[in-house]
Amino acid sequence: MSAQLLAGMIAAAARLISGVQVQWVDSEPEPSQAVYFANHSSHLDFVVLWSSLPAEIRALARPVAAQDYWSAGLRHALAVNVFRAVLVARHAAPGGQEPADPRLAIEQMVEGMGDRESLILFPEGTRGTGEEVAAFKSGLYYLCQRRPGLRLVPAYLNNLNRILPKGEVLPVPFISRLTFGPAMALEAGESKAVFLARAREAVCRLRDL
Amino acid sequence: MKNLDPQLVWAFSGVLGLLTVSSLLGWAIKLAVKRPEAQATIGNLNARIGAWWVMSAIFGLTLAVGQIGSLVLFGMMSLLALREYVTLLPTRRADHRTLFWSFFIFTPAQYFLIGIHWYGLFAILVPVYAFLFIPTRLALAGDTESFLQRAATIQWGLMVCIYCLSYAPALLMLKIPGYGPDAKLLLYLVLVDQLSDVLQYVWGKLLGKHKIAPVVSPNKTWEGFIGGVATATLIGTALWWMTPFSPAAAALVSLSITLMGFAGGLTMSAIKRDRGVKDYGTLIRGHGGILDRMDSMCFAAPVFFHFVRYFYVR
Repeated sequence: MSAQLLAGMIAAAARLISGVQVQWVDSEPEPSQAVYFANHSSHLDFVVLWSSLPAEIRALARPVAAQDYWSAGLRHALAVNVFRAVLVARHAAPGGQEPADPRLAIEQMVEGMGDRESLILFPEGTRGTGEEVAAFKSGLYYLCQRRPGLRLVPAYLNNLNRILPKGEVLPVPFISRLTFGPAMALEAGESKAVFLARAREAVCRLRDL
Repeated sequence: MKNLDPQLVWAFSGVLGLLTVSSLLGWAIKLAVKRPEAQATIGNLNARIGAWWVMSAIFGLTLAVGQIGSLVLFGMMSLLALREYVTLLPTRRADHRTLFWSFFIFTPAQYFLIGIHWYGLFAILVPVYAFLFIPTRLALAGDTESFLQRAATIQWGLMVCIYCLSYAPALLMLKIPGYGPDAKLLLYLVLVDQLSDVLQYVWGKLLGKHKIAPVVSPNKTWEGFIGGVATATLIGTALWWMTPFSPAAAALVSLSITLMGFAGGLTMSAIKRDRGVKDYGTLIRGHGGILDRMDSMCFAAPVFFHFVRYFYVR
C-alpha cells in the first residue's frame, strides 16, 4: 500500500474518531509555508490537527516529534514514511539522560522545512491535562530567529484530552473542536519572553471561540 | 428483500410523495418571499427538507435490508447521540473507562440482545446492570468529586440515548399474530413521531404566538403544539391499515406518540438550556445533531413498544 493512500485512510479515521469540527477564525487555510502550533493534551493531537488541514496543505505539513519516543518499530515506520515527521532531539529526554543541545533541534527543524514544507509543533513540549496551557518552550522563538518572517498559525484543540487523555490507551468518542486563529510572526526586536507569552496567548484565546 | 410487502411500499411511497411536495413548496416559498428577515428561516427550512431526503433514504434502505439493517442504524444513532450527550456534559478524567464501557460494551450488548430476541435481558440491561456497574466502576477509579452527579449523568445518558432509543428497533422482535412484517410497525412509529415534530414546527411557524415554556424552549408554542399533535394524530389514525390496531386504537396510540415526543423534545431542550447551547451537534444540516432529531423518539418509542407488547402480543 502506498504511503499516500495509508495517510489518507489514517486522516479519515482520525476525523471519524475525533468527530472534529474545524473552524478558521479571522483566517483561512493558506498553502504557503507556516508553523502550525497548538496546545497539547493527547497523543491524538497531532493526527487530528494534521488530518484537519486541507489535503494540499497536509501533504506539505510535517510534525515535529521527539526522536527518543518515535525511534523504533512500527511507530518509527509510521512517523517517517507516512507522516514524514521531523524527528528532533528533546531538550531533556526522560530518564535523566544528558539534555541534548537545543540548537541541534532547531537546525533539524530548519532543515526539515526546506523552503516549502510546513511544521506542526506543540510548544508546551509535553502533554498536559487539558485544563491549562503550560508555558511554551523556547524552541519556537529560536526557530523564528533562524527563519525571519516565518508565518505562525496558532490553533486550539478542544476535548482531545477527553477522547484520549494522558495515560489511557482506549479512546472515548467525544466530539472535538479545532480552532485556527490568524497568523502571527516574530516581530523585530521582540524579546523571547514577550514573544512566547504572545504566542501562548494567541493559542489560549481560541479556546472558547 | 422479504420486507418489501405492499403496505410497506405504499407507506414509503407516501413519504417520498410528501418529500417531493415539501421540496416544491420550499422552492416556491423561496421564490415568493423576498423579505430579508425571512431569508434565514427559509434557508433553514430548505436545509431541513434536504436533510429529510437523506434521512428517509437511509431509513428506507435499512428497512429493506431487514432486522440487521435497523439494528445497525439505530445502534449507530445511539452511539452518536451518546457522544453528543457526553460532549455537552461535564465529565472528569476518572470517568474515562466507565464511558468506554458505556460506548463499546453496553451499547453493542443492548442491540445484540434485540438481535437474538432476548427480551428479558434487553429490558433490564441498562436499568439494572448498567445502573449497578457504573457507580462501581467510578468508585474503583477513585475520584469522589461530585460522585453521585457523575454516576447519574452517565446513567441518564445511557437510559435516553441507548435504552430508550433501542425500543424502536426492538419492535422487530415482537411476534404479533396475523401481522407482519414488523418493519411496518417501526415505520409507523417513525412516521407519526417525526411528522408530529415537523407539524408542530410548521404550525408554530404559521400561527405560533403563545409560548409554552419560554425559558426551556423558545420555539414551542401552544398553537404549534395543539396543531401538530392534532394533525399528526389524524395522520396516524388514517394510517391504521398498516398497523395491527383498529382506527380508534391507532388514534390513541398516535396521540401517545405525539405527547411523549413533545415531552422528549422539552426535556432534552432543558438540558441544552442548562448547558447554554442551541443544538446538541451539527451532524444533520438544518436540524442540529442526532439528539436534536431523535429526542422525541427516545421518549415515544418505549411507551409505544409496551403498548403494542401488552395489548397485541399473545
